[in-house]
Amino acid sequence: MQMIFEKSRPGRRGTRLPVSDVPPAPLLPENLLRKKAPPLPEVSELDMVRHFTNLSRRNFSVDTNFYPLGSCTMKYNPKALENVAGLFADSHPMTALLPGGDAYTQGSLELLHELCKLLAEITGMAEVCTLPMAGAHGEMTGIMLIAAYHKAQGNKKKYVIVPDSSHGTNPASAAMMGYEIITVPTAPYGDMDLDLFKAAMNEEVAAVMMTCPNTLGLFNPHIAEICDIAHEHGALVYYDGANLNAIMGRVRPGDIGFDVIHLNLHKTFATPHGGGGPGSGPVGVKRALIPFLPTPRIALRAKGTYGLQTNRDLPYSIGRIGSFFGNFGVMVRAYAYITMLGREGLIEVSDQAVLNANYILARLKSHYDLPYDQTCMHECVFSASRQLKHGVHAIDIAKYLIDKGFHPPTVYFPLNVKEAIMIEPTETESKETMDSFIEAMIEAAETAERNPEELRQAPLTMPVSRLDETKAAREQNVCFG
Amino acid sequence: MSNTSYCPNTPEDIREMLAAIGVASVDELFATIPAALRTRSFYLPPGMSEFELTRHLEEMAGRNNRSITNFIGGGYYDHLIPSVVDHLSGRAEFYTAYTPYQPECSQGTLQALFEYQTAICRLTGMEAANASLYDGATAMAEAAMMALRITGREKVVIDGAVNPFYRQVVKTYLANLAVEIVEIPTREGVIDRPLLTAAVDDRTAAVIVQNPNFFGSLDDFRDLAELAHAKGALLAASVYPISLGLVTSPGEMGADIVTGDGQSLGNPLSFGGPSFGFIATNKKFIRNLPGRIIGETVDREGRRGFVLTLQAREQHIKRHKATSNICSNQSLCALRGLIYLVSLGREGFAELARLNYDKAEYAKSVFANIPGVTILNPGTTFNEFTLALPKDAGPVVEKLLTKKVAAGVPLGEWYPEMAHCLTITVTEKRTKAEIDQYAHKMEWQCK
Repeated sequence: MQMIFEKSRPGRRGTRLPVSDVPPAPLLPENLLRKKAPPLPEVSELDMVRHFTNLSRRNFSVDTNFYPLGSCTMKYNPKALENVAGLFADSHPMTALLPGGDAYTQGSLELLHELCKLLAEITGMAEVCTLPMAGAHGEMTGIMLIAAYHKAQGNKKKYVIVPDSSHGTNPASAAMMGYEIITVPTAPYGDMDLDLFKAAMNEEVAAVMMTCPNTLGLFNPHIAEICDIAHEHGALVYYDGANLNAIMGRVRPGDIGFDVIHLNLHKTFATPHGGGGPGSGPVGVKRALIPFLPTPRIALRAKGTYGLQTNRDLPYSIGRIGSFFGNFGVMVRAYAYITMLGREGLIEVSDQAVLNANYILARLKSHYDLPYDQTCMHECVFSASRQLKHGVHAIDIAKYLIDKGFHPPTVYFPLNVKEAIMIEPTETESKETMDSFIEAMIEAAETAERNPEELRQAPLTMPVSRLDETKAAREQNVCFG
Repeated sequence: MSNTSYCPNTPEDIREMLAAIGVASVDELFATIPAALRTRSFYLPPGMSEFELTRHLEEMAGRNNRSITNFIGGGYYDHLIPSVVDHLSGRAEFYTAYTPYQPECSQGTLQALFEYQTAICRLTGMEAANASLYDGATAMAEAAMMALRITGREKVVIDGAVNPFYRQVVKTYLANLAVEIVEIPTREGVIDRPLLTAAVDDRTAAVIVQNPNFFGSLDDFRDLAELAHAKGALLAASVYPISLGLVTSPGEMGADIVTGDGQSLGNPLSFGGPSFGFIATNKKFIRNLPGRIIGETVDREGRRGFVLTLQAREQHIKRHKATSNICSNQSLCALRGLIYLVSLGREGFAELARLNYDKAEYAKSVFANIPGVTILNPGTTFNEFTLALPKDAGPVVEKLLTKKVAAGVPLGEWYPEMAHCLTITVTEKRTKAEIDQYAHKMEWQCK
């Protein structure tokens, strides 16, 4: 498909602006005046409507395809959430920060306050802060909180422990904040090896970062013990909330013993993923860490109104982590989702997510290797090692599924599973949808034995076939023209 | 089954699935969770229908005052958004997809983001942009970390006229690293060049400026780029994208890293988010860019296609050695930015910038006539400028809010010596009548 820049014709334009009702001002001085307008495309509105509509048709999405991308919780995003988000669209964030301005933004502040309360109850944490703008941003904020906590105790610690099955963002976030990373391998029972963890643990460890259930989709059997051991050494335990969708109403990270958590509102709480964002990654903490939470913070005042606290009111705060109040529009959607589903609905979400994943696991385990053969939580991780004997890789199976109309599962993650295929159906998929996906997976396994070349040629039904990633990395063509 | 959790399985489906798994109940699937850890409390309200939800949220949103005329900016701007932006970005194929890990079935997102990168390069005069960061403040922090990485140095010099929120975020990000941050106090809203020159040395990784700065002043920072380069440092500039329709691009001024907030490009105010941060640089630094980058390539038949490229910089491959921890970015908001820019086009975008400039210049002329009020930066500004009032600005702003005018951002909180000053923003949405009425109210307040 042509680029929008290739469709440009001098003199065409889409939008008409209001006519100026003020006199033209003298121009900027020569050195500050741009000589040529930025060469943006010149197209009619219909040109651009066709262009972007046709581009959109070159995407798989939750609304068009089953999207069992493991660890990403690609559940259905209810349309009701979209409409209500618009109710807050014209609220300027700076208004709340003007003297007396909080009186004019009570609705927005109330929403933030109420959402924090709901998330705290769902997770069993003392307080939640919605400022982080994505999961990784939440992780980084969490690590900053942990660093501030240790500093306030007079301890300078050096290390952060992560299991080898952790999301890449865990070690990346900790390293970005100056910590050295200790990686602990996974034991045959499918979680961080407890003995190796004990051996790695020392007084200089600031935090242990755990995903629970872990990225193999398993509930960590020693999770409470891991928390205890970390605490005995003066370390805090961090909960990566990517997999919260499995356990709502069954178990809460706060009750297990986690000190700091992040959530992904775009996963568990049904806000759209937007082709890669915006997300929202609230952090939750136990009481001892509340003083360090980032600013601005929402405070419920005695008279029942909401106000803001800044660094002046909160001397121990790590400070600001973004321009204003985080991805507020995402929070409206998450609040609406929790409010619509309510207590029973959220419990049902986790029940059905776990049921769906176990159904896929049960139906596929005779066709694919299952490195950790146990009841799973919300996702299951297979290996294509059996298919590899025929020269077929996980990526070939993924591409074959595209031709069958399914977005592929996550492949090659977690890193500790060879040729990993990580399937997360979510609770919003029906049995029929999963049955047809299962059929396609079985077909792929059979084709791998019968005609492996067919898998290596896939996909054939998309606008492009497999793309040359080496060429892209070598030529670094990241800008048109 | 409740009807509200969007779970489609019928009791019959559930029975069949449990049988296939070989368990008697869903509860059995949770047997791996030790009893001692089970949830102790889950006190949430019961659910509600869409109708009830809408009424509930309408009431809550109603507690925001929605009839205020905005003359405030400070990083977020009240601009017009053509309807086409909502309609096209609202295509579910865009907004219910995720990061385009599988390029063959994600060419829509990939090509759109490649076009977005191109548009950002064209606005900023740079050679390479990524597919977005969280916002303007975190983009500046990422620029600082990028410069620290490239130079292997441990100091950043930041102008005091940079948005104070941005400066705070840079400090938060760098707080746990052995990095020295030197802030150059601003002198009445302009860069103190002698002080800044003295601060830049051979330990300096980056000189960070903002154009226009927090007070609205425009600066030709070519000399500062030369100064930085002479010391082996990089010049990082944060810019207000709408200004680039009129103002010399940061690339032309010699910036090495350009960042900014994309809210003004077609994203609603939405109480501060989501918007997007952009970051652009020159090709020689591309491997040090944080986040997703889309690259052009070909498929097996030689057809053009797009992929996530240079992924070896990123956390999912490099883990603790990645250039940044960022994973989810603000793609949909960046897409809105692209659609907005295409909708305005070359002429429209320049016209829009001019409209902002003309309205602000008009407002300047009106405010300059108010007895006791002076314009702090009468020289070159874009659509923001700073007033010095004969009294403390805070109470004036508070009073004017009751008259339904968000009068501007009082500066005392960050610049105690400027408690009598406020910065005013005039976008294309403000009419001459609104400006005149506001000036009239201000005159009354300053009597």
